[in-house]
Amino acid sequence: MDPLSLKKLNAARGARRAIALVTDLGDGRDRVVEEGDPVAGDLGDSLTKAFRTGKSGVVEADGREFFVNVHLPPPRLVVIGAVHISQALAPMATIAGFDMEVIDPRTAFATPERFEGVLLDAEWPEEVFKQRPLDPYCALCAITHDPKIDDYPLKAALEAKCFYVGALGSRKTNAKRVERLLAEGVPQAAIDTIAAPIGLDIGASSPAEIAVAVLAQVIEAFRKREIAAQLAAA
Amino acid sequence: MSEQFHDDPLKVAEDWMREGRPLAVATVVETWGSAPRPVGSHLVIDSESNFEGSVSGGCVEGAVIADALEVIETGEPKMLEFGVADETAWRVGLSCGGRIRVYVERVG
Repeated sequence: MDPLSLKKLNAARGARRAIALVTDLGDGRDRVVEEGDPVAGDLGDSLTKAFRTGKSGVVEADGREFFVNVHLPPPRLVVIGAVHISQALAPMATIAGFDMEVIDPRTAFATPERFEGVLLDAEWPEEVFKQRPLDPYCALCAITHDPKIDDYPLKAALEAKCFYVGALGSRKTNAKRVERLLAEGVPQAAIDTIAAPIGLDIGASSPAEIAVAVLAQVIEAFRKREIAAQLAAA
Repeated sequence: MSEQFHDDPLKVAEDWMREGRPLAVATVVETWGSAPRPVGSHLVIDSESNFEGSVSGGCVEGAVIADALEVIETGEPKMLEFGVADETAWRVGLSCGGRIRVYVERVG
């Protein structure tokens, strides 16, 4: 393994950037490829698939055998609002493999008793994001119902190109939110990517059912995301 | 999907490299059946047989380390295969019934 490849791999992983080490099993030479880097031919197709699925493996390309070892940052699910839906969502999201965290500046809601074992911040999202910035491997759900709390993180999530941005609220609530975000200078195209009303339409009614609908939508967004395309368009 | 970054083999490999220790990285490149560690798992080994990580949860590490010492010496990468079909491998004990292919290469 090229020492430089090893350094690049660790640097990208530490910075939560998706990266792959491609080793030619014939001659032992390797190189690192970051998500979105253009790679031609069959190998390029294999890399695109590997970045989407997160699965490493041996691939045949151009008559040679390569091992593609892909490292995706662990996806984070950032929920604004320490509400009932979040209480149900926390264990489910953890089982599904997400690093779950809850942010709510209302200290009456954000209590450790209600969120045992969950990374919980009783702070304004603005403050939390300074410590732990959002990135394309984050999903953000804004579910406090309070524009004072929800609007900023929605805007921040769109700017950070989070793979999923969802907001709780009826169509009417959402229409008002769209107006506010437009007034804040958020482009219409970005606003259109917000999942609102939040969650897959499975007729969910209880907080736990809504949590299932939200988690399913987040997983769908993660597995079907086209980050390479987004980066290319940016 | 969570990945432990501290004490992870690639981080350890970089630390050892900085210290100037000769080392090899072993990587699971293919698995069949019930293999204990997934494709992409690493074991790093230095020239004094210190190691970090795992390619099989302990079943074949001894054999991989022995080959790694040779790889560090010669610089020639090696592809190792372990499984129930292989009597030598059975002796070193991948008793779970799976088969794995492990690529061993020197760093630098």
